[in-house]
Amino acid sequence: MTTSVRNIGLFIFVACLIAGTGFIQSWNTALFILNMGLISAIMSLGVNLQWGFAGLFNVGVVGFVALGGLAAVLVSMPPTKDAWAAGGAQVLLGLLLGAATITAAILCQTKMAPGRNKTFSTVGVLVIGFFVFRYVFDGGVEAVEAVNPAGTGYLGGLNFGGVNYKSWGFMTVISWPIGGVLAASVAYLIGKTALGLRSDYLAIATLGISEIIIAVMKNEDWLARGVKNVSGLPRPVPYEIDLQESAGFLDWVSSFGGDPVTTSSIVVKLGYAGLFAFVLVIILTLAQLALASPWGRMMRAIRDNEYAAGAMGKNITARHLQVFILGSAICGVAGAMMTTLDSQLTPGSYQPLRFTFLIWVMVIVGGSGNNFGSVLGGFLIFFLWVQVEPFGAMLMQGITAGMAEDNALRIHLIDSVAHMRLLTMGLILILVLRFAPRGLIPEK
Amino acid sequence: MSEPFLIGERMTGGYGSGADILHECTVAVDPGQIAVIVGPNGAGKSTAMKAIFGMLNIHQGSVRLDGEDISTLSPQDRVAKGMAFVPQSSNVFTSLTVEENLEMGAFLRRDDIDVTMQQVYELFPILREKQKQAAGELSGGQRQQVAVGRALMTKPRVLMLDEPTAGVSPIVMDELFDRIIEVAKTGISILMVEQNARQALSIADKGYVLVQGSNRFTDTGAALLADPEVRKSFLGG
Amino acid sequence: MLDILNSIVVLSNYVLIPAITYGSQLALGALGVTLIYGILRFSNFAHGDTMAFGAMVTILFTWLFQSWGITLGPLPTALLGIPFGILATAALLLLIDKFVYQFYRRQKAAPVILVIVSMGVMFVLNGLVRIIIGPNEQRFSDGERFIISAKEFKLLTGLKEGLAFKTTQGITIITAIILVVALFWFLNRTRTGKSMRAFSDNEDLALLSGINPDKVVMVTWIIVAALAATAGALYGLDKSFKPFIFLQLLLPIFAAAIVGGLGNPIGAIAGGFVIAFSEVVITYPLKKVLKYLMPENLEPTGLVQLLSTDYKFAVSFTILLIVLLFRPTGLFKGKSI
Repeated sequence: MTTSVRNIGLFIFVACLIAGTGFIQSWNTALFILNMGLISAIMSLGVNLQWGFAGLFNVGVVGFVALGGLAAVLVSMPPTKDAWAAGGAQVLLGLLLGAATITAAILCQTKMAPGRNKTFSTVGVLVIGFFVFRYVFDGGVEAVEAVNPAGTGYLGGLNFGGVNYKSWGFMTVISWPIGGVLAASVAYLIGKTALGLRSDYLAIATLGISEIIIAVMKNEDWLARGVKNVSGLPRPVPYEIDLQESAGFLDWVSSFGGDPVTTSSIVVKLGYAGLFAFVLVIILTLAQLALASPWGRMMRAIRDNEYAAGAMGKNITARHLQVFILGSAICGVAGAMMTTLDSQLTPGSYQPLRFTFLIWVMVIVGGSGNNFGSVLGGFLIFFLWVQVEPFGAMLMQGITAGMAEDNALRIHLIDSVAHMRLLTMGLILILVLRFAPRGLIPEK
Repeated sequence: MSEPFLIGERMTGGYGSGADILHECTVAVDPGQIAVIVGPNGAGKSTAMKAIFGMLNIHQGSVRLDGEDISTLSPQDRVAKGMAFVPQSSNVFTSLTVEENLEMGAFLRRDDIDVTMQQVYELFPILREKQKQAAGELSGGQRQQVAVGRALMTKPRVLMLDEPTAGVSPIVMDELFDRIIEVAKTGISILMVEQNARQALSIADKGYVLVQGSNRFTDTGAALLADPEVRKSFLGG
Repeated sequence: MLDILNSIVVLSNYVLIPAITYGSQLALGALGVTLIYGILRFSNFAHGDTMAFGAMVTILFTWLFQSWGITLGPLPTALLGIPFGILATAALLLLIDKFVYQFYRRQKAAPVILVIVSMGVMFVLNGLVRIIIGPNEQRFSDGERFIISAKEFKLLTGLKEGLAFKTTQGITIITAIILVVALFWFLNRTRTGKSMRAFSDNEDLALLSGINPDKVVMVTWIIVAALAATAGALYGLDKSFKPFIFLQLLLPIFAAAIVGGLGNPIGAIAGGFVIAFSEVVITYPLKKVLKYLMPENLEPTGLVQLLSTDYKFAVSFTILLIVLLFRPTGLFKGKSI
């Protein structure tokens, strides 16, 4: 089979690229690319489910990824007891009141007879509910955030390991599916609103929801400390320092004459890689099964001809909602994994469009509609994302070699290398869509 | 018999690369005449019209206008040659005023279009009253008048109408046919596809009965109306 | 009575004038989006960065003129730079259309493909702007800062509250009015403008009428360039120029266009002001206004700020969702569901 040989060749090629990074630059960088490539591959699978299977255009990937990250904090960090005592109940009550307001408004809309009364009561419920919510909620938030703002100032998570919470590393792994659930529930809300309308509207609605998710995570300090970041999440793999102090590890390292510090860091990264690869294999298998199942065939039938599928009695909007939720959940899982890898949540680093765009380039370059393509795209594009800058710097050095050291243009060009990434990714997308719209591993 | 002014001769073809819909179909019309294409549903009536206008590919036969072979021209180029086409649906610019619709009809003309516009208003007086109204706000019959008016603004030599009376009331239909006869009297050739075969044949100089993409009967309108076989099969007795 | 006047002044100073200015900028942006949607039939994600590009060229020319010592006296020199910004943007958009979008148009590709392509264009433009002018904030305004400053206003009226009207605000509003009037004159009075409306209304019939699609598309890009470059330059002049700001403007601009009804120019303007006023009113601490209007004992204790400014785009998004839920074609009837 020439196509499968070609596909295997492509995977080997990307593996060589990453291995090459290890030999030429450093194994730390190579393993960083490997780990992020694994996570990117999972995100691509999620986006591919939405775009490749169903033709849904989700511009809010980063929002769902961030929700996964939030879940990692909320599950794996210890609760801040003082903060809970100070205002935890009040914050929860506030949130409940907020939810009750929205529910009441929806009830007004759906249950009341149309007319002026309906409009007035809906607006009235919303306005009164809003002020009550703010009154209760703001008080609670103030109390929570006042508790040791430099160290905690937030409610914390669900890790009940006490002082030894860091040894409860498995909590981060538990947070992965929870991240998926969190992302799925937001996806349900947004999908319910924007699916069934024009495809562009879903794009804009998802862009909006992701910006709001990021804004909430940046500003609601009581939730996850906002831009003050939460760091020191427990780890599902050993700490380097513990390895370096363990006699067994040192014996093992000296048995092949390695450097304990470097080796420990590589071992830790490989540990992550093992966990991530395990999740990737599970999700990839499920995605492959889904693609071949009657459900997958129906999804593709809807994608290729919505009109005909609708005429055959398929409920297109409901099917789209399903696949949208599933895809977003996968992005949530990957987001929790990414926060686990970083051991910290930094909401400021989620740049709405840039991040989302990268995943899109992965899916399209890899081959929309093909799960293996998405995985390949995830590794390849993340490799490029990391390497464009050093390559760009070399290129600019070459171009400007003839100029004087202090030439203004030369300095400007070399400074601008940092922005080459975006430009390159944009160009790659445009060129692939134009000349190879089916991607590296096309859909069968 | 001399060559007709406009003729689509022995046309065979269909949409894109799909199956042929027309088989050696011939339709022709002379200046000042009204030619009507009738036939059962799916007979390829509209297809024949679109083939003449260049909206689908014919791989056999030819279309000639005033002796010139125009088989390979695009619809836009045929408009420039003096052919005007009124589609069956979405045939007006709904968000533009009646006047602007007429102006758009004359888009290719560089001369003064005022005279033609006055002629259209004389033909359809209701349009003069509604000239500043958006075409989308008009009734079905009035919209058809706008559509025909827009086509006439190009000062065409051939006016092609695809079911101009679809969805309008019988009274409006009669009035529309009267107007079409008036247009023909100015020397314009009219080629028309119609569902209402009996009424259409009664004003036709020439009638074409198509069945499955081929000519079944061809004669003057009156003769076809009188032909017992045509009456039995296509006019409901 | 004085209290009422004072409260009106505060309201104008902090809410009305900023909202009208911001609304004008959004309206110009949304007009560009809505025109592309009406004629080329896709949501152009690259529009924010097109604005950034236009603003950048304007800034470069402004600096050039400033270095030559050419100024407009009390008016900002940037006004001289804007025409060059428009020209460069028009050239850029026409090039992009020729090498990128035209191919998909000929293929009659699905709108969503064009949306994805426009995201690619967006990142290329974004990278280009950062490479040329750098990622940092740039200042390029000069001339008089105020048409009337708060101090002058207080002296003039003897009121306790001041009203400041910045030159850039005045220029934004006047330029927007001129552009919008010119655009509507063009669309409603000229042959080319009418043919654009006809093309947007019914493409097939426009082709049957002999309207040249390539010319319509070209003119559309040129108009979009004028709107985008001006909107970008005015926004940069009024607030400040930072390349990433324009990425964040994308959401309110789309919200404005959709709220008004995609494809409908009047809707785009109305949508721009709806979004701008909502954002400013909801994120402004209304206490300053209310303290003049309420009896002493009822004065609000809090700031009466409905939402913190960090959530200002949540406002545009919420309005967008409400419109999508209850009236998907927008306030004024847009082109499609």
